[in-house]
Amino acid sequence: MPSIIRVSGLTKTYASGFTALQNIDLDIHRGEIFALLGPNGAGKTTLISIICGISSPSQGSVLADGFDIVRDYRAARSKIGLVPQELCSDAFENVWSAVNFSRGLFGKPSNPEYIEKLLRQLSLWDKKDAQMRELSGGMKRRVMIAKALSHEPDILFLDEPTAGVDVELRKDMWEMVRQLQKQGVTIILTTHYIEEAEEMADRIGVIRKGKILLVEEKQALMDKLGSKQLSIRLQEPVSEIPEALAEFSLQLDTDGDTLSYRYDSRQESDSIARLLRKLTEQGLEIRDLHSSESSLEQIFVSLVHEKEQ
Amino acid sequence: MNLYAIRAIYKFEMARTFRTLMQSIASPVLSTSLYFIVFGTAIGSRMGNIDGISYGAFIIPGLVMLSLLSESISNASFGIFFPKFSGTIYEVLSAPVSSMEIVIGYVGAAATKSVTLGLLILLTAQLFVDYHIQHPVWMLAFLILTAITFSLFGFIIGIWADDFQKLQVIPLMVITPLTFLGGAFYSISMLPEPWQTLTLFNPVVYLISGFRWAFYGVADVNVAVSLGMTMVFLLICLTVVWWIFRTGYRIRT
Repeated sequence: MPSIIRVSGLTKTYASGFTALQNIDLDIHRGEIFALLGPNGAGKTTLISIICGISSPSQGSVLADGFDIVRDYRAARSKIGLVPQELCSDAFENVWSAVNFSRGLFGKPSNPEYIEKLLRQLSLWDKKDAQMRELSGGMKRRVMIAKALSHEPDILFLDEPTAGVDVELRKDMWEMVRQLQKQGVTIILTTHYIEEAEEMADRIGVIRKGKILLVEEKQALMDKLGSKQLSIRLQEPVSEIPEALAEFSLQLDTDGDTLSYRYDSRQESDSIARLLRKLTEQGLEIRDLHSSESSLEQIFVSLVHEKEQ
Repeated sequence: MNLYAIRAIYKFEMARTFRTLMQSIASPVLSTSLYFIVFGTAIGSRMGNIDGISYGAFIIPGLVMLSLLSESISNASFGIFFPKFSGTIYEVLSAPVSSMEIVIGYVGAAATKSVTLGLLILLTAQLFVDYHIQHPVWMLAFLILTAITFSLFGFIIGIWADDFQKLQVIPLMVITPLTFLGGAFYSISMLPEPWQTLTLFNPVVYLISGFRWAFYGVADVNVAVSLGMTMVFLLICLTVVWWIFRTGYRIRT
């Protein structure tokens, strides 16, 4: 798939000497939803700030739809819309002029029909004359999104779009993002809610301490790194795990009637079959079986920990 | 050239002015009127003419300059400081606009506002004092040039300032004293030496003197020197603004 954003060798060192990004290479595919995951302070916002032109790179380059973000900044930036993490707005400006201001700033002639459509889509139309200070946090967030979309960008950055947003609005936001994707907009979102990445993303990148740890298709990542757990409920409780089963490092719950077996789905194996056979050999009768997959959250935590060691 | 962006910034800034009409237009006009009443009509009637001009008329150019300088600085500095303070500057920085377009938008709006204010003060002055303008074109030229220069200066202050106090300190502690001591209320030829010579180091002297020449054809210093000094100050401000955008000083991390 062709890249719409290509980050090569990007490094950012602040005047204080702190290196926020180290030699980042990243390709974002046209039309995808890409989730950038990482703990706080990992460099997510710095990366976005550089691509959008708010921060200057120390080294390396970024192409947005083929345009260099420094040399061809006009062409590059007019492709991009940004919804920053912080809710900030001019308190006394009304919604209608705020959104039209953004469109003008990005060099587009005014188009009241389009702005009206946009505001209606975001359920903001009846608030168009309201001043920003009168709006709730969720509504302000919608206005920020409307501002980012006012110039019809091909690429949309959502920096922590659902931080501090209630469940309903979060669901609305997800729906809106999917709609945008259908219209052909490429979406890059940062989040530390893994649930969000799991729900939305086509591909996932994990960033930590200014380095990209991995970039994977979401499903492949979950298949590859996901561990599974098999719970075996026994007919009769046992007081301890039989010696013969030691190789499986099973865990016995406090009631003594459930054995848990954690296995790695990466390694194809016959371990389950062997385990079940051994259980029968030991005379343990099985009452129930249940298997579960680890969530992206568990994958993420183990990944970040693994690299830390 | 992203003309839509210049227009958007300009319109935004002008809308801010109209939202705060009392503070941005009415209050400077009122305070200048008080000067005219006190110094022009009340005290001025007991004072002799200066350079053949009645005292009330003599102080008009200086009073207009006083408002022009302080309003240009405060409009432009607040215009760029506030987005920095509230965080909305992100949008301007991520937009396809050049630094020159940003400056034209913000400084153009600030200068428009202070020129309008200067003209309003002149109109108000008609109510209290009888005066005429000998060189109206030059008067306008000085008015506009000074408004642009000091709006640029205000823009620089707005970028430099990282709290509200810094925003106020230069206009209050530097510009106001320099204007009062720059011949707004007297002709510098009235000063004893060495003050008369020392005063020539005050740049505001040249602004007021040139402006007064446009009104009455008399000046403390040659009008060409006044014009030259104004241009020099304009160039200095332009250079500093150019440097700010080149280095990203206090704007881009």
